Amino acid sequence: MRRQRIRAVLAVPAVAGFGALLAWGFSGIPPFGRFHGFYGQLLNAVATPQRHTTNVVTAVVFDYRGLDTMGEEFILFAAVVGVVLLLRAERSRSRPVEDDVGSDAVRDFGIVMVGVTVLVGLWLAAFGIVTPGGGFQGGVAVAGGIVLVFLAAGYRSWRRIGRESFLDPFEGVGAGAYVVLGIAALVIQGFFLRNLLGPGRAGTLLSGGSMSLLNWAVAIEVTAANLVLFTEFLESYLRPYLSR
Amino acid sequence: MLATLAPLQAGSLLLVAAAATCVALCLDPLRQIILSGVYGLLLVILFVVLQAPDVALSMLVVSAVAYPLIVLIAISRTRRDRGEE
Repeated sequence: MRRQRIRAVLAVPAVAGFGALLAWGFSGIPPFGRFHGFYGQLLNAVATPQRHTTNVVTAVVFDYRGLDTMGEEFILFAAVVGVVLLLRAERSRSRPVEDDVGSDAVRDFGIVMVGVTVLVGLWLAAFGIVTPGGGFQGGVAVAGGIVLVFLAAGYRSWRRIGRESFLDPFEGVGAGAYVVLGIAALVIQGFFLRNLLGPGRAGTLLSGGSMSLLNWAVAIEVTAANLVLFTEFLESYLRPYLSR
Repeated sequence: MLATLAPLQAGSLLLVAAAATCVALCLDPLRQIILSGVYGLLLVILFVVLQAPDVALSMLVVSAVAYPLIVLIAISRTRRDRGEE
């Protein structure tokens, strides 16, 4: 009781101070819907004429700011490696668990949704140059679709995909391909990550030049990263049942 | 400031604020995950209303699939560890 009162007394100045800071900050922001960023307006004007991609976000992510995206990709890569280092070491392989999905409805509907979700993901990734979407969005959707295999068909079907020996190469290839494409541009044209092969005709799948290749590298990396994360968490959760 | 908001924008902003309050006030972790999924979905609608479809697409899958899945497994893990003590 006493400790709670002390805590409450300590919280009052902290909350008041934070609230005042928030109010001060909000009083200075521009009115709703008025965008004052010069860089954004400039890119909106020049991206489609210069790069022939109708999705300006993709032009920013894989061309104007391609180096930043490489950094982001390796943040994800490092995070996944960290999880793997923490969880994989304490695990030993033993006999597989028995796990069946009881409901026919869940199984049938789930299996159909695997195909639908993976297809939507691939479509998002492929058309990221032209319409909203891209490697990251598509990659997460493909990974979500593949995770549905576990939910709809059970652990044994999932293990055919959710194996380290199968997923790890994709994770490495996705991260590495981005750097290789950057170095290829450095060798051929003298600038790291410069857009090769382009620009194509605006509005077509080939309009982005080598942006499409970078986009697919990110899609592979993001798909593999999410699946590796899911596998590691799942195996770590199942560990007591496996050793029993 | 609110005068410049379209009704659709104001409505989705209010829904996001209400859902965020619900997530913060919920005490049971399992319900909190479901609520945070609903909150994520409302954020997706807000992003679409504010014409940011790229952000909405990433938010859709992350908030509906990736995030709840990993939090669920983490919670079940800590619960079992506590139960074994």
